[in-house]
Amino acid sequence: MPLAKRIIPCLDVDHGKVVKGVNFLQLKHAGDPVEMAKRYSDDQADELVFLDITASHEKRDIMRQYVERVADAINIPFTVGGGIRNVSDARNILCSGADKVSINTAAVEKPMLITELSDVFGRQCIVVAIDVKCNLTPAEGKVTVQTSKGPVWFEVTTYGGRKATGIDAIAWALQAEKLGAGEFLITSMDKDGTESGFDIELTCAISEHVHVPVIASGGAGLPQHFYDVLTTGKADAALAASVFHYNKYPVPIIKNYLHKTGVPIRQ
Amino acid sequence: MVKAVVFDYGVGNLLSIKYALERVGFPVSIGSEVQDLAEADAIILPGVGSFTPAVEKLECAREVLKGKVAEGVPLLGICLGLQLFFEESAEGSGVGLAFFKGKVVRLQGDLKIPHMGWNTLDIVKPCELFDDIPNGSYVYFVHSLYPVPVDESIVCTKTFYGASFASGVVDKNVFGLQFHPEKSGDVGLQILRNFARVVRR
Repeated sequence: MPLAKRIIPCLDVDHGKVVKGVNFLQLKHAGDPVEMAKRYSDDQADELVFLDITASHEKRDIMRQYVERVADAINIPFTVGGGIRNVSDARNILCSGADKVSINTAAVEKPMLITELSDVFGRQCIVVAIDVKCNLTPAEGKVTVQTSKGPVWFEVTTYGGRKATGIDAIAWALQAEKLGAGEFLITSMDKDGTESGFDIELTCAISEHVHVPVIASGGAGLPQHFYDVLTTGKADAALAASVFHYNKYPVPIIKNYLHKTGVPIRQ
Repeated sequence: MVKAVVFDYGVGNLLSIKYALERVGFPVSIGSEVQDLAEADAIILPGVGSFTPAVEKLECAREVLKGKVAEGVPLLGICLGLQLFFEESAEGSGVGLAFFKGKVVRLQGDLKIPHMGWNTLDIVKPCELFDDIPNGSYVYFVHSLYPVPVDESIVCTKTFYGASFASGVVDKNVFGLQFHPEKSGDVGLQILRNFARVVRR
């Protein structure tokens, strides 16, 4: 069997609690990252991503505490992102038991951060997350991609999609890979929250240009969406939140569907 | 009371392996001093960092480790830990611990590198480390290099990524895994449980 495609639930964490609605059956304290991590791990999730959205000065200690508790509770790989701006932030997370750190806005603003982190911890620890919007206005010097919407280019956004940067996502991914990125987490801001399917064209365009694994994110709503992005979209892994949180399609259902349709998957 | 030590020889995540071993009822301590190794009944060399700095950091512990292996103390190397058991690595200069003859080479071909994710074990030789592990079980890999042992008979498991490579290597009391049992779910825990049983015997 070849390398399995990965299914990755994503958890947004604020002050050590999972936010966004969570609706697991028989889960007493919905919102506890450790319980949710355990539940997903028992459900054969291949990896977990925690996105820390805490915006306060005591952030470091809170992050360290829950990362340690999660590491103590599960034995599948997990990534922590959100507010990692330097080597010391990353060390704090990795030495508390996380396997990878994810950086996004900080990397766009200071690309050398990727090299600094990758030199110290190894590139396999460094996930570069890119939030992308499809730009329909032709612009010079951008990689034009033919899509169902016509010719477009993919624009990097920062600050959770609030700020358009004018940077071409494919060019940025290539640069980030050269600087030491070990993996990409590509989120389509156009698709995020729509449950209408991943952005296949975006994912495929990035995946064809880089030589490290690509995680697709944004838009998952049905098992078929996972199939599409892991085959046509050429993604190595697919990440989702609400389909899993609301127990609409638990991880085993998605995996079973993928297995039956011939996608290599760990069961 | 068995004294098992996870040897800290650099940066990175040592807690996961400690927690995973504790979960299978095998308490370990993390030690960074040569003295910690000298007193150990079992040693775990975890998988963090890259070859050359690791070799440099292990220099002071080299003779002690060799002595422990000669005494028959079980030694488990994970990922880079396993690669250090060989003589040399394409990742950088320096001489490995040379418990196994052979070298560590880069994954090559039209592949995404690192080899990251869940892949299967083809158990090619019975070994107590893989007791109760079904052939074809998935385990978690993150690596860009793999070992090529001169002596094929020490290879217990193989894994395919572009080409078939040795993912589990065992010779007497020296156990090496290219994957991460501490990140490999229930299969990984069973492998660690098996290691604990070997140590206690």
